[in-house]
Amino acid sequence: MSENTVRAAGGEARETVGAEPLRPHAEETFAAELAALAAADDRPRPERWRLSPWAVATYLLGGTLADGTVITPKYVGPRRTVEVAVTTLATDRALLLLGVPGTAKTWVSEHLAAAVSGDSTLLVQGTAGTPEEAIRYGWNYAQLLANGPSREALVPSPVMRAMAQGMTARVEELTRIPADVQDTLITVLSEKTLPIPELGQEVQAVRGFNLIATANDRDRGVNELSSALRRRFNTVVLPLPQTPDAEVDIVSRRVEQIGRSLGLPAAPEGLDEIRRVVTVFRELRGGVTADGRTKVKSPSGTLSTAEAISVVTNGLALATHFGDGVLRPGDVAAGILGAVVRDPAADRVVWQEYVETVVRERDGWKDFYRACREVSA
Amino acid sequence: MNGTEPVLLGVRHHGPGSARAVRAALEQCAPAAVLIEGPPEADALAPLAGRPDMRPPVALLAHVRDDPGRAAFWPLAEFSPEWVALRWALEHDVPVRFIDLPAAHSLAWAEPEPATGRGPAADVAPGPAADAVPGSPSPSGLHVDPIGVLAEAAGYDDAERWWEDVVEHRSADGTAADALAPFAALAEAMAALRETYGDGGHDRDPVREAHMRLRLRAARREFGDGVAVVCGAWHVPALTRRTTVTADRQLLKGLPKVKADLTWVPWTHRRLSRSSGYGAGIASPGWYGHLFGAPDRPVERWMTRAAGLLRAEDYAVSPAHVIEAVRLAEGLATVRGRPLAGLAETMDAIRAVMGDGSDAPSALIHDRLVVGDALGEVPDEAPAVPLQRDIARTRRTLRLTPEASAREVELDLRKETDAGRSRLLHRLRLLGVPWGEPVHARGSTGTFRETWRLCWEPELSVRVAEAGIWGTTVLSAATAKAVADANAATALADVTVRAENCLLAGLPDALPEVMRALADRAALDTDVGRLAQALPALVRSVRYGDVRGTDGAALREVATGLAERIFVGLPPACAGLDADGAAAMRRHLDATQQAVALLGQPENAAATGRGDRTVPGDGLRDRWAQVLRTVAERDGLPGLLRGRAARLLLDDGRLGEGGVERLMGLALSPGAEPAEAAGWIEGFAGGGDGGGILLVHDERLLALVDGWLTRVPAAAFTDVLPLLRRTFADYDEGVRRTLGELVRRGPAAGGPGPAGSGPDDEVPIPGFGPGLDRDRAAAVLPTLHLLLGMGREGCDCGRGHGCDHRRDRVQGRDRGGDEAGGAAAVGAGQRSNEPVGAGR
Repeated sequence: MSENTVRAAGGEARETVGAEPLRPHAEETFAAELAALAAADDRPRPERWRLSPWAVATYLLGGTLADGTVITPKYVGPRRTVEVAVTTLATDRALLLLGVPGTAKTWVSEHLAAAVSGDSTLLVQGTAGTPEEAIRYGWNYAQLLANGPSREALVPSPVMRAMAQGMTARVEELTRIPADVQDTLITVLSEKTLPIPELGQEVQAVRGFNLIATANDRDRGVNELSSALRRRFNTVVLPLPQTPDAEVDIVSRRVEQIGRSLGLPAAPEGLDEIRRVVTVFRELRGGVTADGRTKVKSPSGTLSTAEAISVVTNGLALATHFGDGVLRPGDVAAGILGAVVRDPAADRVVWQEYVETVVRERDGWKDFYRACREVSA
Repeated sequence: MNGTEPVLLGVRHHGPGSARAVRAALEQCAPAAVLIEGPPEADALAPLAGRPDMRPPVALLAHVRDDPGRAAFWPLAEFSPEWVALRWALEHDVPVRFIDLPAAHSLAWAEPEPATGRGPAADVAPGPAADAVPGSPSPSGLHVDPIGVLAEAAGYDDAERWWEDVVEHRSADGTAADALAPFAALAEAMAALRETYGDGGHDRDPVREAHMRLRLRAARREFGDGVAVVCGAWHVPALTRRTTVTADRQLLKGLPKVKADLTWVPWTHRRLSRSSGYGAGIASPGWYGHLFGAPDRPVERWMTRAAGLLRAEDYAVSPAHVIEAVRLAEGLATVRGRPLAGLAETMDAIRAVMGDGSDAPSALIHDRLVVGDALGEVPDEAPAVPLQRDIARTRRTLRLTPEASAREVELDLRKETDAGRSRLLHRLRLLGVPWGEPVHARGSTGTFRETWRLCWEPELSVRVAEAGIWGTTVLSAATAKAVADANAATALADVTVRAENCLLAGLPDALPEVMRALADRAALDTDVGRLAQALPALVRSVRYGDVRGTDGAALREVATGLAERIFVGLPPACAGLDADGAAAMRRHLDATQQAVALLGQPENAAATGRGDRTVPGDGLRDRWAQVLRTVAERDGLPGLLRGRAARLLLDDGRLGEGGVERLMGLALSPGAEPAEAAGWIEGFAGGGDGGGILLVHDERLLALVDGWLTRVPAAAFTDVLPLLRRTFADYDEGVRRTLGELVRRGPAAGGPGPAGSGPDDEVPIPGFGPGLDRDRAAAVLPTLHLLLGMGREGCDCGRGHGCDHRRDRVQGRDRGGDEAGGAAAVGAGQRSNEPVGAGR
């Protein structure tokens, strides 16, 4: 079955043929790289895989092939993490990508599916309102009323299609899905079959089927996975950026993008302030100061890179509209306080301790210390 | 082998695959003697290795006879090829010879290390990356790492991994037809390397190898050609080189020499894993031990062990987890192109399958399995450890004789010998050798005097032998033990005790480490109570360090940090406490107050001197006052604590004009809950530290209490009675009587005077009678002068000198009735900002 017919069956055929989509799928954007990898790949491939596990890892991490084709890195992070993720897909177990917001979980999941199955569109987006039908199957009610239950009246979910075709299915934000709906996946993952009791039939997964779920277990308002479901997954934690420089780079780049769309001026002078926000976030998150010599308590919030980006964006907006346009300690201090103090009692103590024991002593942070004192008072 | 040439078995030290291969090779060629790379002085000790009560990991320890601090170790684990060869030889009654350079030379060669005695050990013990090169991978020198070069040639970036893939894992099958084939191949590779690199920058190697060749020749003369040599693969080409005896002798001529003693000491896996100090730099001794011990399917067995460990720690790990973990590990090995799943693959698999994304199980497995807890044993017949000698030596210098009968000694720490004795006893106590127990000194409370009860029980010798694992001298062993204890301690208070011990025992090198452990514990501790408990001991240490002239900067920094954390956490921690909790918190308030007072003094002086802190109100005591003010003023906190905070502020003179009246008025106003108000009074005036005197002399405060008490409704009175009783019952009898009389008499005739705060000290202090009764105040001055150690000339009581003590006492008796009168004068002096106020 070609990709196009799969899409048509899913009802996702593009309305306007010929127009350039805003964001093409990974397998389309990097079609050339995938083809080059497939040509160069002489290692054994698991059944129905487009590439060998080694080639999939290379696709994600980048490299240069024997014929000189350069594979761009899609994910910048530890090789071991990617290798574990790819190998998991070749085993019986499904892959659960964990991490705080902004660690490229979805991005990795999309590229893995594109490289393994050549199709990243078999996707269930998890929300608080995701119904069971989104994971199992639904019905075309006109057909159902006209002809009664039949395979024609059945609307398969992406998971069901992936099982039937031996492809990789994706579930985004698994922990946002209500617990009872999550557990629908247990049969799929352990028995590799999806019964259709209305028809007395079942859909059995063929070789090559596997599932990638992404979840974020440090946010609030999540539904913890049941241990029965958890056992069906191998967990890979995507780490936060390893070096401060990498994180500063990510934050400033994103801030610039967001700032442009909000009509905020670019603020190159603010790089010091961005570095400071990133340092504060990293220290509180890691529970140790940047020089590795002093431990600090960690607050209950996630303090993800995504939050650092929003703190800096807010500060920039404050500076633009109420200040002189230069990002100053006072502009970010309130934002940091808001991001750190999620639990009014415990986190406030954590924050004050941090301000008094770390910020106060640091050279060149006097302005920031004053600003923190002001907003915490 | 043809039997005319010795069998050269080049190995990687501590390589389990090498160990297996060595055993197979020895079985195959059954040599007449086994020569092992190691100090020849150990030949006599070799038979001990065959004893059933000898259990690896152990180490050969060589030390300079008169200076146990200079020592070197050759650690041997169960999976070390040298150990395997040694055991094989002993089992088959084959003679064993150690052929490396004698320890007498290598110790003399190593530069004498100060105190810690670490250097030589690292120097002589087999190094980590240069595993085929025992000897001297000194950290500074530019040495060739032979394995690294081979690995690079094979396209590996990690030398260890290359060796595992090519040598260890391959020979782990043990089914090779010729057990000597891998050694031949390795020798060839090494020969090629040494052609390029010579001795690779290991400048001692030619000498060591010359000695090995000489020993090899001697062994061939003695046992014939059928001998086997087990040594680092790096040395194999050198042993086959044709050289003349004279040339080798020439190399060995004129080497420095010391008297060296050797013995076996027990070792641990943890020490093997240490890459510095006495360690052998093996990152994963537990894993190697497993590879060596597992008869087959090492990955499956490893996962099963990991699952068992996790289950014991209450993680839900099923056999299905084990199956999946093995599969994932093997899959990973395939993806990474390795012949067999190694440690990296198994740990990755465990993290993904059993860890649920958490690091805790992996950390547990790393600690307990990958490194492991294995502790070696050595038979009692092994020669004495150097620590014993060091103790004996120190004892002789300090003229302390071990006696079985208990006796007490008084030490005057101002004397050099006594200070040395005290340090020795403290250090031994730290090492778990309680020769002396400190007893409370009779009569004297000075810090320069210590009383010890000495008693040498025979079992203490055993304890000394056990403590030998920590180091070769009392100093280095106690330092290592103190650091290890501090890192292992869970409670904050334990670590502060360690810090104090370090000072008493004179272990300056341990102190920074202990302080770091302390700072870490304090940073993560969320219980203000525990922090407050830890602070006094620490501040004592700071003071003690000051007295002894030790550099207290680090201590002070940590103590200040601890105080800061208390400041931040205290106000929230005071909320929502019951009566018991509030009482405990009150003690913490008092303890912190005292500690801050001690800690704050020099800092203030320094801060004003340097002026580098520009943030206003930055002094430690200022911030503490701020915290107290917060507690005193915050509604909803227990009355006991608010009252206590108010009192502490008052004592420090931090409450401005009318401040205390305002606070008390608020706490005792009609709207306040009677029980809370009674608690406030207890906190403010309770206890034996002069609260009663305060009420006696500040009539406005007494009037407030009096007014409140008469307002308490009848129904509530019985509730507050126990609290009030607790407050007032602690007062001295005289104070109680005076208070009673004052209340009966009613407010003083003049009533509270108008508030005034001019520089003229004739203006009455609010709440006190007008004018200062200089005659009565002067009564205490002679005593005060004595206490403060000032000459009477320094007194500025504003009155002529020569005040008659006795006359003033009599006058005091007239008015106050008893001793309270004298004390009252002290109180008055304090409030009037006379210099005597500093006496508090």
